[in-house]
Amino acid sequence: MSSETNKILTTDGIPLEVSLKKAEKKNKIKAFLLVAPLLLFLIITYVFPIGEMFSRSIDDKMITNMLPKTFKEMEKWDGKELPPEEVFAAFYYDFKILVEKQEHGKLGQRLNKEKNGFNSITKKLFRQVKRKKIDESISIKEQIMKVHKRWRTVEYWQAIKRTAPPYTLAKYLKGMDMYYGADGSVVQVEEDRRIHRILWLRTLEIAFFVTLFCFLMGYPIAHLLATLPMKYSNLLMICVLLPFWTSLLVRTASWMILLQQQGVVNDFFVMIGLVADDNRPEMMYNKVGTYVAMTQILLPFMVLPLYSVMKTISPSLMRAGKSLGGTPFVAFWKVYFPLTIPGIGAGCLLVFILAIGYYITPALVGGASGTLISNQIAFHMKQTLDWSFASAMGLMLLSGVLVIYWIYNKLVGVDNIKLG
Amino acid sequence: MALPSYTETRYRIWHYIYITICTFVFFFLIAPLFVIFPLSFNAEEFLVFSEGMKNLDPDAFSLRWYKDMIYGTKNPWGLAAKNSFIIAIFATIGSIILGTLAALGLSSRHMPYKGIIMATLISPMIVPLIISGVAIFFFMAKVGLAATHAGIVLAHIILGTPFVVITVTATLSGFDHSVTRAAASLGSNPVNTFMKITLPLILPGVISGGLFAFVTSFDEVVVVLFLAGLENTTIPIQMWTGLREQLSPTILAVATCLILLSTLILVTAELLRRRSERLRGINR
Repeated sequence: MSSETNKILTTDGIPLEVSLKKAEKKNKIKAFLLVAPLLLFLIITYVFPIGEMFSRSIDDKMITNMLPKTFKEMEKWDGKELPPEEVFAAFYYDFKILVEKQEHGKLGQRLNKEKNGFNSITKKLFRQVKRKKIDESISIKEQIMKVHKRWRTVEYWQAIKRTAPPYTLAKYLKGMDMYYGADGSVVQVEEDRRIHRILWLRTLEIAFFVTLFCFLMGYPIAHLLATLPMKYSNLLMICVLLPFWTSLLVRTASWMILLQQQGVVNDFFVMIGLVADDNRPEMMYNKVGTYVAMTQILLPFMVLPLYSVMKTISPSLMRAGKSLGGTPFVAFWKVYFPLTIPGIGAGCLLVFILAIGYYITPALVGGASGTLISNQIAFHMKQTLDWSFASAMGLMLLSGVLVIYWIYNKLVGVDNIKLG
Repeated sequence: MALPSYTETRYRIWHYIYITICTFVFFFLIAPLFVIFPLSFNAEEFLVFSEGMKNLDPDAFSLRWYKDMIYGTKNPWGLAAKNSFIIAIFATIGSIILGTLAALGLSSRHMPYKGIIMATLISPMIVPLIISGVAIFFFMAKVGLAATHAGIVLAHIILGTPFVVITVTATLSGFDHSVTRAAASLGSNPVNTFMKITLPLILPGVISGGLFAFVTSFDEVVVVLFLAGLENTTIPIQMWTGLREQLSPTILAVATCLILLSTLILVTAELLRRRSERLRGINR
């Protein structure tokens, strides 16, 4: 009743409410249009390709497309005993097409990954098909079974059947040192061949300890920087900022010089008599090198968030704690330390995220025992060219990082990241 | 930090331990950079301090490796430096334009889905470089930009924009929006307002974000390792191959130049930060 009549109108006679909503919407669109170019750019060049990594990591369409007739016939086969004549015939016709396209080698390699021994028997079959030894008018099953005894073994046909689905999680299982067994169940790799699990654990271990070392070293100096008078702290801040702005490779190079066997650190140890001259310890190309170099390189990322939090803590709080009867230790532990927890969270998460994906420094100073999961990904991208496995490992690492990122976002908020 | 005269002895001792630890950490942070300087003037071919250098014999020092860096035969550094600068400059310009626009939109209070969009825009900074490298390589290979300058520039724009977004958003948080309204009410169009009012005020943030983007591009090696061909080699790539294969003192000469460059950037960034703090102080 009265709400109808009391509606405030703008000068154009439109109700104010409507007009405001319209203006609000216009502003929303305006703000969004400003963000849109970057957002679109990132979605096309970055977010989609990461999605593509996912489809690449589970993709197994190649063999599905190679043996279309076989898999169609295999749907009717129960998989317990040797498949019927139709399956053999379908396989033979699929194989004949592959021979014409000269793709039988690829099939052999792919099947060999599923079960060892396929490579040689596909080659044998290829020779028979090439010489037109197989008579299509009589039972093809009998003739294929004569080629090699493995073609008479049911396990090999079961292995072919397993490759039928166009998608597979095999790469992810391989990343965790597992694989599909003969009956399709998940099996663990023998204990002495579990290389990936060692790598994952080592990555976590190194990331954890580097974060811990950064915290232990970063906390005191962040405190000193925050409490010293401006003119001294500005000078000392250079010690933190200069490494921060210096090229990663330069810093890694300087560690390589310092840590080598004839390097400065070893010279120093010999000089103070810690080690004998002819028994200099190896400090590079192992875990020690990775720890030392990564701690120094990531330390600024710990100090800067801690510093920006400590800067806001008033010194009078400590004084109040002391004047109320606390010893300096109690005052520090009960008053100062709890106030710095947001900074500790931000610094530790940042260092941990950066450390877990580190590549360059471990590759240069880590040797064999100090490399991380990233090095394995790069190895498969560049050396073995098993891109789908590299993608699978990358996504496993990414999902871990995203969980930490999410926690970071909840705890600190990405818009609160401070630089410099 | 002088202690008050009434401090008890045990706290005095603690205080000195604390100062010692801090000195050690500062030394640990800064000292490695200073090994590079003297060794880059080494007259010999090894990356260790020779006896002559330890005795400060002038014959043990030379500019040999600097000459090699500039005039050396079959020398990759010239091409690498040229590529690095071209790529970094274009990547910085791209990052600044895209990042500043996005930051302007993000700091508007009308922006919908701010949290998720911000998280997406920052993600290239958080996602491990090796994963970004693989993903960007797949994309660039598909559109035929692998092993081209353009592809590397685009990749570095992806990696550089988060820094611009963060710094410009931070500058805009202290920005007084009534000045743009005042400009609008005085008849200025939005573009004019941005150029004459907003941009000069947020310029320190834009430039320091740009510096971050520049350094990110100039120092980036993981993604370039996937993308670059022989023609697109950059300084970090050359250093990477050099450190992996034959450690020559020429690398140290290059490293010294890079440290000088980063000192220059540090000073610029620091001056800008102070200026922007001062400006924000006036606003309050």
